[in-house]
Amino acid sequence: MTHIPKPRIRHPSLRINAVGLTRRDYEGSMSTLCAGCGHDSITAAIIEAAWELDLEPRTVAKLSGIGCSSKTPTYFLGTAHGFNAVHGRMPSIGTGAQATNPDLTYIGVSGDGDSLAIGLGQLCHVIRRNVDMVYILENNGVYGLTKGQFSASADVGSRAKRGQVNRQQPIDPALLALTLGATFVARSFSGDKAQLVPILKAGIRHRGFALVDVISPCVAFNDHEGSTKSYRYTRENLEEAVDADFTLPTAGITASYEPGSVRAVTLPDGSVVHFRKVPDEFDPGNRDRVYAYLRERQGAGEIPTGLLYLDPDAPDHRDTLETVSTSLVDLPFEELCPGREALERLLTDFR
Amino acid sequence: MSGLNDFTVKIATVNGTGSASANGLLMKAIFRMGVPVSGKNLFPSNIQGLPTWYEIRVSGAGHTARRAEFDLVVAMNPATYARDVAEVRSGGWVLHDSSWPLSPDLRRDDVTFLGVPLARLCNEHFEGARVRILLKNIAYSGVLAALLQLEMDVVEGLLEETYGRKKALLDSNFEAVRLGYDYAKEHFDCPLPTRLERLDATAGHILIDGNTAAALGCVYAGATVAAWYPITPSTSLVDAFQAFCTKLRKDPGSGRNRVAVIQAEDELAAVGMVVGASWVGGRAFTATSGPGISLMSEFIGLAYYAEIPAVIFDVQRTGPSTGMPTRTQQGDLMTAAYASHGDTKHILLFPADPGECFAMAVQAFDLSEHYQTPVFVLSDLDIGMNDWVVPALGWDDAYRPDRGKVLDAEALERMERYHRYLDVDGDGIPPRTLPGVHPKGAYFARGSGHDRYGRYTEDADAYTDVMERLARKIDGSWERLPEPEVLMMPGAEVGLVTLGGCRAAVLEARERLVEKGLPVNVLRVRGFPFGPQVGEFMEAHGRTFVVEQNRDHQLLSLLALETGFPRERLVSVGSYGGMPLSARDVLEGMASGGVGGEGDVSSQAASERELRAPIAAALGRRARGEP
Repeated sequence: MTHIPKPRIRHPSLRINAVGLTRRDYEGSMSTLCAGCGHDSITAAIIEAAWELDLEPRTVAKLSGIGCSSKTPTYFLGTAHGFNAVHGRMPSIGTGAQATNPDLTYIGVSGDGDSLAIGLGQLCHVIRRNVDMVYILENNGVYGLTKGQFSASADVGSRAKRGQVNRQQPIDPALLALTLGATFVARSFSGDKAQLVPILKAGIRHRGFALVDVISPCVAFNDHEGSTKSYRYTRENLEEAVDADFTLPTAGITASYEPGSVRAVTLPDGSVVHFRKVPDEFDPGNRDRVYAYLRERQGAGEIPTGLLYLDPDAPDHRDTLETVSTSLVDLPFEELCPGREALERLLTDFR
Repeated sequence: MSGLNDFTVKIATVNGTGSASANGLLMKAIFRMGVPVSGKNLFPSNIQGLPTWYEIRVSGAGHTARRAEFDLVVAMNPATYARDVAEVRSGGWVLHDSSWPLSPDLRRDDVTFLGVPLARLCNEHFEGARVRILLKNIAYSGVLAALLQLEMDVVEGLLEETYGRKKALLDSNFEAVRLGYDYAKEHFDCPLPTRLERLDATAGHILIDGNTAAALGCVYAGATVAAWYPITPSTSLVDAFQAFCTKLRKDPGSGRNRVAVIQAEDELAAVGMVVGASWVGGRAFTATSGPGISLMSEFIGLAYYAEIPAVIFDVQRTGPSTGMPTRTQQGDLMTAAYASHGDTKHILLFPADPGECFAMAVQAFDLSEHYQTPVFVLSDLDIGMNDWVVPALGWDDAYRPDRGKVLDAEALERMERYHRYLDVDGDGIPPRTLPGVHPKGAYFARGSGHDRYGRYTEDADAYTDVMERLARKIDGSWERLPEPEVLMMPGAEVGLVTLGGCRAAVLEARERLVEKGLPVNVLRVRGFPFGPQVGEFMEAHGRTFVVEQNRDHQLLSLLALETGFPRERLVSVGSYGGMPLSARDVLEGMASGGVGGEGDVSSQAASERELRAPIAAALGRRARGEP
């Protein structure tokens, strides 16, 4: 059997959100990934974030490329349209779709092979364009479906299951995104749902491209001693750089924070991101400082996580294109076709 | 024979010196005198400094194919003097810059040399090196006006239209064109026997290149997204689209664009953006050339398999690889027909001229959405970048786009369940849904194996089921494709099958053959997959020549593959060196039995003799074996 639908059981005690849906309504078909795969935890976090944001699944477009991570969009939001692109080319699908219909919420899921090797070019350019979408990079340092080759995010010195040692420099998606002018850069861990859910919510609401790099250990090929993307290594070296909380505009700010410890950033739609526990040398609005901080902590063997950088006001791709704010799909043909008389006038240039 | 309203001028200049405006001026002035004219720009892949040529063919009879027999050569580039002088027909003329003496070894006794001290004249009358170089071109236009009897008020009227608002520029252009004109009038016996005379043969026509016409077609089709990567010779298509949209697609309220034109990082991304845009319901296209098609192939396969529309203009240039980027060819037929790995087949349209570029652009969007599949418009550099005289483009305001079967929210609401790839109507085209419309319409578009319900599958039967329907869908599409152009005459046993820009040369060759007593029928395919008419045409002729511009007889192969017609009964004719096809190319190909010896006329002895003699006569030769 190659497709496993999930049975729909609705327990009366399940809570419903503002659009009348339970968490179960945000699920998709059964995962066919390995038991314990980090990706499934990320799927659960996406479901939680979408439920908490009261997204209508119909208004979401799920995008992915090729690989284990790219299979996961079938496991969430089963009543949303999805697009499984060719390997490494999901950003171009998102770019074209978003330029055409901005009314949809675009959630992209990719992996480190899909994003940092075959798709590195497209990732760079979707960041540069600041296409309004959240891009979740499920990062396990390894090619799972082809059984254990190193990916471009494997750390120097990390050991594959069969014993080979990686000698090539890794590509760090967060550092890469910072240098390319990304407007939202976050890193989290698949095992830390409490951190990941608010980041995903903020990323979805961010107007522009939101890169969420999620360390997501591969239980089959990269969870052994010597791997730097294993559950154990990640848990031991994970360092929460900043704690970001996310509040919807309608929810009001009710959380009480110690004065002086919280920095609030309002997104264009009115929702608010609260940065807490921000270290002194860190400023999530200062690209250079964030870059320097990440390099420094990495040097110390840490994996800094959290919402690392945010610029909520940068123009997005559609601003750059100066495209009308509405969906191009809805423009009536009469507004698009100039008609016969206009053609007559145009042709005078060619007579 | 050349003469009144029937001659060819070749202008040899240096790239980047402004000769393009001078050549454009000449073309338009001839057109405005009511005389059919065609221009072939033979330019280098270079911005400045390399040799470039422009061929102007004047044909009162309306022949638009290239004619590589030059009556007059304007030799403005010393680097190519030898070659240019050698190309003038015996009895013709060479116009050259006599500011410096012409090397004696360039002299030919059988042509007339007309020296005009263009550089000296411009140096005496204008200031600044750049201005002098630019105006030298306008000055030779003045000389040609006198030699060819181009009406000066037409020329000056055009200059006024171009520079009217810039007084200083207009004055210097006027002066330059007069300098050349007056010098010629004073020193030469003007006009030459090969000259112009006002006609009324371009009324109701326009002078336009195919890329501009295709871009206009995209505007009129209601295209809202263009994603592309710059590549010669397709770049001007998107440039023109953008320019038209700047005029025609501004939202009056906000001043923002009712269109998205996205310059991608490469062709892989360009076509990905088109597929993404089409998936959410936009009318999207890309324009590229051969190398771009190679890069796009993976996504084209996905669009075919996931059944997503995409319009792709392939303005062909010579391959393989980078090839000759500024030379024309029809080398992408096979690549486009079966682009991408696995079993795929695509709808192709073959415009013959800019008029068809306009019409087929609109048809391409309709077909692509109707069949939910990529559609290629296979133009080429000659059609795309050269100016052609074609009937004025027409538009029917009653036209509404064929968006294909797209279920709206109401239709989905009424359905119990929706399945993306279920052939509910039995025509091989399952209805599609757009994201955001209705939760029941949700499906997962994918390039991986799927069953008729849209679910992932690795099951042989479920996979085959979808593949068989796809084959049926595409094979049946010929019914909606533009019909072949067929020209029949009584008693004809010789058939010419051709496509695209070969049309002009084929029709001219046919005319000459008919004059020499050989009736010839023509079928020009305008779309792929071919309809039954194509096979029937080949069956109905004792001898069928296939005229195309590539080395490997790609049209011939497609005909044989797709119709089952025996390929040994087809004779391939054409040229593929990068130049637009001429009638002579067609006739010589027929005389020799085809390029590369595909097929063999001599082995088909039945009507060999009656065939050879008229072909030779049309070429102005004696047939082999004749006294």
